[in-house]
Amino acid sequence: MALDDRKSGFTFVGTRPNRPDGLDKVTGRAKFGADISAPGMLFGAVLRSPHAHARIVKIDASKAEAHKDVKAVVTRADFADVLFKPGLEGEFWNVLENVMAGEKALYDGHAVAAIAATSALAARDALKLIEVEYEVLPHVTDVDKAMATDAPVIREGAADYSVPEGMHPNVVRYHDSGHGDVEAGFAEADLVIEDSFVTEATHQGYIEPHACLAMLGNDGKGELWCTTQGHWIAQKTCAALLGIETSQLRVTASEIGGGFGGKTTVFIEPVALALSRKANRPVKLVMTRSEVFRATGPTSSASMDIKIGMKKDGTITAAQGVFRLQGGAFPGAPGDMTAMCAFAPYNLTNVKQIGYDVMANRPKQAAYRAPGAPMGAFAVESVIDELCKKLDLDPVDVRLKNAAHEGTKASYGPRYERIGLVETLVAAKAHPHYSAPLKPGQGRGISCGFWFNHGGETSVSLALSEDGSAQLMVGTPDIGGSRASMALMAAEVLGIPYENIRVTIADTATLGYNDVSHGSRVTYASGLATIKAAKHAVEKLSERAAAKWGIPVDAVKWEDGCAVPSGPNAGDFDPMPLADITADMGSTGGPISGHFEATPEGAGVSFGTHIVDAEVDPETGKTSVTRYTVIQDAGKAIHPTYVEGQYQGGAAQGIGWALNEEYIYGDDGRLQNSIFLDYRIPVASDLPMIDTVIVEVPNPGHPFGVRGVGETGIVPPLAAIANAVSHAAGVRMRQLPMSPPRILAALKDNG
Amino acid sequence: MVEVHLWSGLRSLTGGQQVIEVQAKTTGDLLKELVRAHPQLQGPIDAGVSIAIDGRVIATGLTEPIPEGSEVYLMQRLRGG
Repeated sequence: MALDDRKSGFTFVGTRPNRPDGLDKVTGRAKFGADISAPGMLFGAVLRSPHAHARIVKIDASKAEAHKDVKAVVTRADFADVLFKPGLEGEFWNVLENVMAGEKALYDGHAVAAIAATSALAARDALKLIEVEYEVLPHVTDVDKAMATDAPVIREGAADYSVPEGMHPNVVRYHDSGHGDVEAGFAEADLVIEDSFVTEATHQGYIEPHACLAMLGNDGKGELWCTTQGHWIAQKTCAALLGIETSQLRVTASEIGGGFGGKTTVFIEPVALALSRKANRPVKLVMTRSEVFRATGPTSSASMDIKIGMKKDGTITAAQGVFRLQGGAFPGAPGDMTAMCAFAPYNLTNVKQIGYDVMANRPKQAAYRAPGAPMGAFAVESVIDELCKKLDLDPVDVRLKNAAHEGTKASYGPRYERIGLVETLVAAKAHPHYSAPLKPGQGRGISCGFWFNHGGETSVSLALSEDGSAQLMVGTPDIGGSRASMALMAAEVLGIPYENIRVTIADTATLGYNDVSHGSRVTYASGLATIKAAKHAVEKLSERAAAKWGIPVDAVKWEDGCAVPSGPNAGDFDPMPLADITADMGSTGGPISGHFEATPEGAGVSFGTHIVDAEVDPETGKTSVTRYTVIQDAGKAIHPTYVEGQYQGGAAQGIGWALNEEYIYGDDGRLQNSIFLDYRIPVASDLPMIDTVIVEVPNPGHPFGVRGVGETGIVPPLAAIANAVSHAAGVRMRQLPMSPPRILAALKDNG
Repeated sequence: MVEVHLWSGLRSLTGGQQVIEVQAKTTGDLLKELVRAHPQLQGPIDAGVSIAIDGRVIATGLTEPIPEGSEVYLMQRLRGG
C-alpha cells in the first residue's frame, strides 16, 4: 500500500485535547471487568493447587455438589472432550492445561477445580468441600537449576526441533543467531569483559484483577464480558477450549485497568463459561490479588552471560550473549526475543547471541511490555558501562560511536530502515540532565533500548451521522489512550473537530477480527486502519459532492473538512462542508461509512535512551532515584501527552523491576509474597518527576510516520538504574532487584 | 532468484547452509520453496516466522512481494506485550 502521506503540517495530530474516557473514569461511571451483573447470576471461585508440582490422584467433589448453594462444579473433565477438537494443539493445549490442570498440578496456584454458587462467599466456602488427593513430586523454580541434569522433568516431549541433543527436557526451545567471528573480534579488543547477570520474575502489576461475566447455553451460544487486551483472541481461545463455534460466542471488552501484556491471554474466562454451561446461569468470576500473582503471567526470570570486547577508542569489536529465560511450566519464555534485542542498538561486525526457553514449576509467563528485552538490555548495557568506566570513556560517546543507523546490519540479521537511535543519543548528550552536577553519594547511569513493534490483523469501521459527526469503531482495547489518538487521526483526514468523533471499542459481533492490543501496535495499526477508513469515507463524500455539482469525481478534492472543486474544468463552486453532504445522505445514495481491514506490515522498530541519577544509603541499602529522563523515538507523536505517559509508565515500572519487585519462592515451591504489601510496586512517593523528550524520526511504514511507543520505554530502565546504582554504591550490581538487602550484601562484599 | 538468510540455529536443518537461494516473488512462495528445498524447515516455519525484506519486517503476511535482488532474512516470529 502506498504510504506517501505528509509527515508534517498537521492540524489535529500532535495536539493535546482532553482524553475521551477521563470523565467516566474520575466519576466511577466507567465499567471495568467486575462492574457488571446479570439477572440470576452465580459467583465463581477456583480451587488452586498448594503444591508446586504434584500428580492429581483423585478429585472428589461430591460434598460440594451436594451443598444447597452450589450450582455447578467443573474440573478438567468438563473440558476433556474438546481435546479432540481439530486444532486444539500447541498453544491452545498449553492454555487449556494452564486454565485447568490435567494429570498434574504444575505450580503453586494452578487451578484444579472451580465452583459456581449463589454468592461469592458461598463459592469460596464450598471450595473447602472439594477433596483432592495429590502425590507430591519434586519441583524446581530456578532457571539454572531447571536446566541441570538432576532437575525434575516437568513435561517430557515439550521441546521443539531447535533444542540441541543432550539438553535437559525442561529446555524446550533454543535460539542461535549473529554474524561475523566473535573470537577474532575479541582478539582485536584492548579490553574484554565477561560477566553474568540474574533477574527475577516480576508481575505486570495491573491494578484491575482479572474479572469476567460469562453466559453459555446448551445450544452453544454464549456471551462473555471480560477485561482483556484482545477480545477476539479470547473468543477464539474460549471457543476452542469449550468446543463451540467461534462466531457463536460474542465477547465484549470491558474498560481495562491496565494490562501491559498480561491480559493477552485467558485464565478464568473459559472456566466461567464452563461453569455457566453446567449451571445454565450467568457466572461472574473475579480473581483476588493473590490469585493474580499466583496464577497469571508474570514475566520470565533470567540468567545471562555477556562478553564484550572494546578498543581504547570505544569501538566494540565483538559481543556475545547467552540468555536463559524461565517461563513457568509451559513453553513460551521469550529467550529468542531477548537474544535478538540485546545487541540491536549497536553496529557490530562480530556478534553472537543464544537464547534458551526453560520450563520450571512456576505460573505460565505472559508478555510484559517488550517481553524479554529489558533483561537482556540490563546485562549488555551493564557490561558496556563497565567497559566505559575501565577505559575512562564517556558512556554516551561510546554508544554514539557504535550506534546502529539506517543501513546498519542489525544483530538479528537484516539491515535497518530509517531509525532514530542516534537522534535519542544526541538529545541525551545535549540534555541538561546529562551535564548536571551530582551530589556526593549519587551515581548516574545511561542505557539504550530497542524493541521491534508489531502490526497485526486489524479492522476499523467509521460511520458518519447526518449532523456531520462521526463514530469510529475499533477492535483494540484502549490500554494507553488509543481512543484519543484514533479520534485525532480521523479528525485529521475528515477535517472535522476531535470532539465530533466518538470512538468505541466494538465487540466481536460488530466488527471484523482484530489482533490483541500488544506489540505497541495499536496507534500504528489501528491508526493506519483509521486513516484508511476515514479516507474511504472521504472518497464517498467527494462522490456525493461531485454528483451535486454535476462534475467528475476526480475534479473534487477534500480540504479542511470540505469538498472543493479542483482543476481547470471543475467549475466555480463554494466549498461544501462535510455536514452539508451528510445532511441528506439518506436520499443521495444512502449512509456514508468507511472501512478498512488488513494486516499492516510496516510497524518500524524503535529505540530509546534513558538517563538516571540514583542515591544509595550505605547504612540501610535503600536506593532513591533522584532524577530520571526518558528520550525515545515516537516516529510521530499523535497525542504527545499520552506518549509522554507511556514513557513515564515504562520508567516507573522499570524502577519497580530494578529496585524492589520480585517473585520470592520458598523451598517448598510456594510463592511467598502474593499481595501488594509483600510484592512492592513503586508508589508516587518512590518516584521522581520523570522528564521526557519525544524524538520524531518518521516511520516510513505509516501514513503519518507513527512508531509504537508502548513497550520500548521499559527496555532501558533496568540497565540505566543498575548503572546509576553501581556508580553510587561503588560496586557493580549483577542481580535484580537491587533491594536493600542485596545492596548491603554487595557493599559488604566490596569491603 | 532470492537469497534467503537463515538464523544460525537453523543450520542443523539445512546441512549447514545459512543462505539458501530460492525462486520466489512473494513471502508465501518463499516459505513454500524453502520447505521444498529443505523439508526439515517445515517445523520452524510452522512454529512461526517473520520475513525481513530490505529491513522491513513482514510479521505474518504471505502475499508481500519480494523485489528482485532484495535482501531477505528469515526471523523467528515476533511477539509483543
